[in-house]
Amino acid sequence: MPHILTGNRLETGDVLWWNGSDWTHHIREAALLEPAAIEALIAEMKPAERINDLAAVEVTVEGGSYRPTTTRERVRAIGPSVRPDFALPSLPVETI
Amino acid sequence: MYRYDKIDQAIVDARVAEFKDQVARRLNNEITEDQFKPLRLMNGLYLQLHAYMLRVAIPYGTLSGTQMRMLAHIARKYDRDYGHFTTRQNIQYNWIKLEQFSDLLDDLSKVEMHAFQTSGNCIRNISSDQFAGAAADEVADPRPYAELLRQWSTLHPEFSFLPRKFKIAVIASEADRAAIQLHDIGLQLRKNDAGDLGFRVWVGGGMGRTPVLAKVIREFIPVSQFLSYSEAILRVYNRYGRRDSIYKARIKILVNELGIEAFTQQVEAEWALLQPLALDAPQSEYDRIIAQFPDPAFDPAAQDSIDVSDPEFGAWVDQNTHFHKQRGYASVTISLKPPAGIPGDASSAQMDIIADLAERYAHDEIRVTHSQNLVLAHVRKVDLHSLWTVLRAAGLATANLDLVTDIIACPGMDYCSLANARSIPIAQKIAAKFENDGAAQRDIGELKIKISGCINGCGHHHAGHIGILGVDKKGEEAYQLLLGGSGAEDASLAKILGPGFDENGIVDAVDRLIAFYKSARTGPDERFLDAYRRLGPAPFKDAVYV
Repeated sequence: MPHILTGNRLETGDVLWWNGSDWTHHIREAALLEPAAIEALIAEMKPAERINDLAAVEVTVEGGSYRPTTTRERVRAIGPSVRPDFALPSLPVETI
Repeated sequence: MYRYDKIDQAIVDARVAEFKDQVARRLNNEITEDQFKPLRLMNGLYLQLHAYMLRVAIPYGTLSGTQMRMLAHIARKYDRDYGHFTTRQNIQYNWIKLEQFSDLLDDLSKVEMHAFQTSGNCIRNISSDQFAGAAADEVADPRPYAELLRQWSTLHPEFSFLPRKFKIAVIASEADRAAIQLHDIGLQLRKNDAGDLGFRVWVGGGMGRTPVLAKVIREFIPVSQFLSYSEAILRVYNRYGRRDSIYKARIKILVNELGIEAFTQQVEAEWALLQPLALDAPQSEYDRIIAQFPDPAFDPAAQDSIDVSDPEFGAWVDQNTHFHKQRGYASVTISLKPPAGIPGDASSAQMDIIADLAERYAHDEIRVTHSQNLVLAHVRKVDLHSLWTVLRAAGLATANLDLVTDIIACPGMDYCSLANARSIPIAQKIAAKFENDGAAQRDIGELKIKISGCINGCGHHHAGHIGILGVDKKGEEAYQLLLGGSGAEDASLAKILGPGFDENGIVDAVDRLIAFYKSARTGPDERFLDAYRRLGPAPFKDAVYV
């Protein structure tokens, strides 16, 4: 199963996704990575202490977009399901 | 209302300055996240699913209009224009930025508010009866004693690193509107045969993973000695409470393991040792604090009758006002459970309106209830229609207090990093079946539905007439159904009825429970809970698992 790398920005708490060279707010822009590559990235990034809660997220690839396999990560990627007005345009709210 | 003296303000200012420095050091990478996390948690700042979440303390749920207006300002300036009132009578903001946090703390401290001790293994916000000082059935106003507890527990050096968090509630009537039997310490103000004021002391209650009802360890402790007695309880807990397992660290586990008699003996022995230390507040301090909670200047000529010829207004008066000790007055509950709403949420505009109404009609006082609603405790009956008209225009006049749509729900997995399942959508789906039919809700009568998104139980599911617990089932959200709980004076713990459900299944199950209850009750006066207690779980189970 493919994985992507996520974390929360220290200054704002924003949910971020690693796109291969930088962080993005949109899961659709994330880079698919092997678990070993994510482990290596976390080991490299953690000492910088700028992104909190670095973690690998398992996703499926559907129609060119990434869908986390757990509800928790889908909620993180999109926003609260009960506030569609806050939803990021990465995935439709209905996909939660 | 209590107003800070110089000592109170100095404590808050010093703590704010300390935490602002810690935030700056973290932002400058002078300390690591592992070092910073326990510090921010002790100041009420969590990192949740989408952003930082800040929990602001509202001591015994009491706010002035000025304070409410500041909470609205914080929602507008630092968050996304709303706040969430919680089951601990606090408020939470869901979209806080660490880089703005120092300014936020400065704003809060301007109105005698802060966020410390809203997390961490310390004594949390003291909770109380939302009708304190207004209820006709109380023996005295419990708020001065809650305030004394607040001062005693604030940055108490001995109790800042307890085995686990610690929650205290104070009431002053036989009716329990603060769920004291589900607290680590529950204090019930009462009078003895000589007419002296004191507390019945309950210890060891709680919800969460191991729900337990508190037990009485003392029938009467004079008010003059209740602080030292509380100190003795905390000392015994701090000494013997389990620190080897987070799941066994609450005082309820210690009380259970020692047994109530041995625990009580330990407390009494510790209390005897404390006596020479004279830890209790002097009478002058009681007098100083009690003097800050006078009755408002009631209008002795206030009209006692209400024109309820408007049926919508009449329904709201029937459902959302409470009997007041002063003739011509009522206590008003402002429902934060509107149709299609999120339980406990209020926009900044609504908070401003409530602040204005409190100042105009309610002697500048607002209460937060543990059911995630707000209360204006002292309103002249003659002003009720004017008040209701403004509330109605603001979407705040839903006439559903204690009815099927007045649902407690924690933030659940829409916001909370601990949650296993979402709570709010379940509340909305259940409410949607009834929210457009007030008569049907009133026909069902009192029905307390409480929903938690995980075993920690912030949604009080174990105290629900109908409790719902969100669980993780192989990565999917699932929901357990519990029946028979109560957080009131007839306290009981809800029990699991049977196998769990998915999101739609749990909503249908509640529907079937209500339909069965209506067919089986002895009459409209028999509540859902009473019917369950009379009939037992079997027929309810048959109705649900068809």
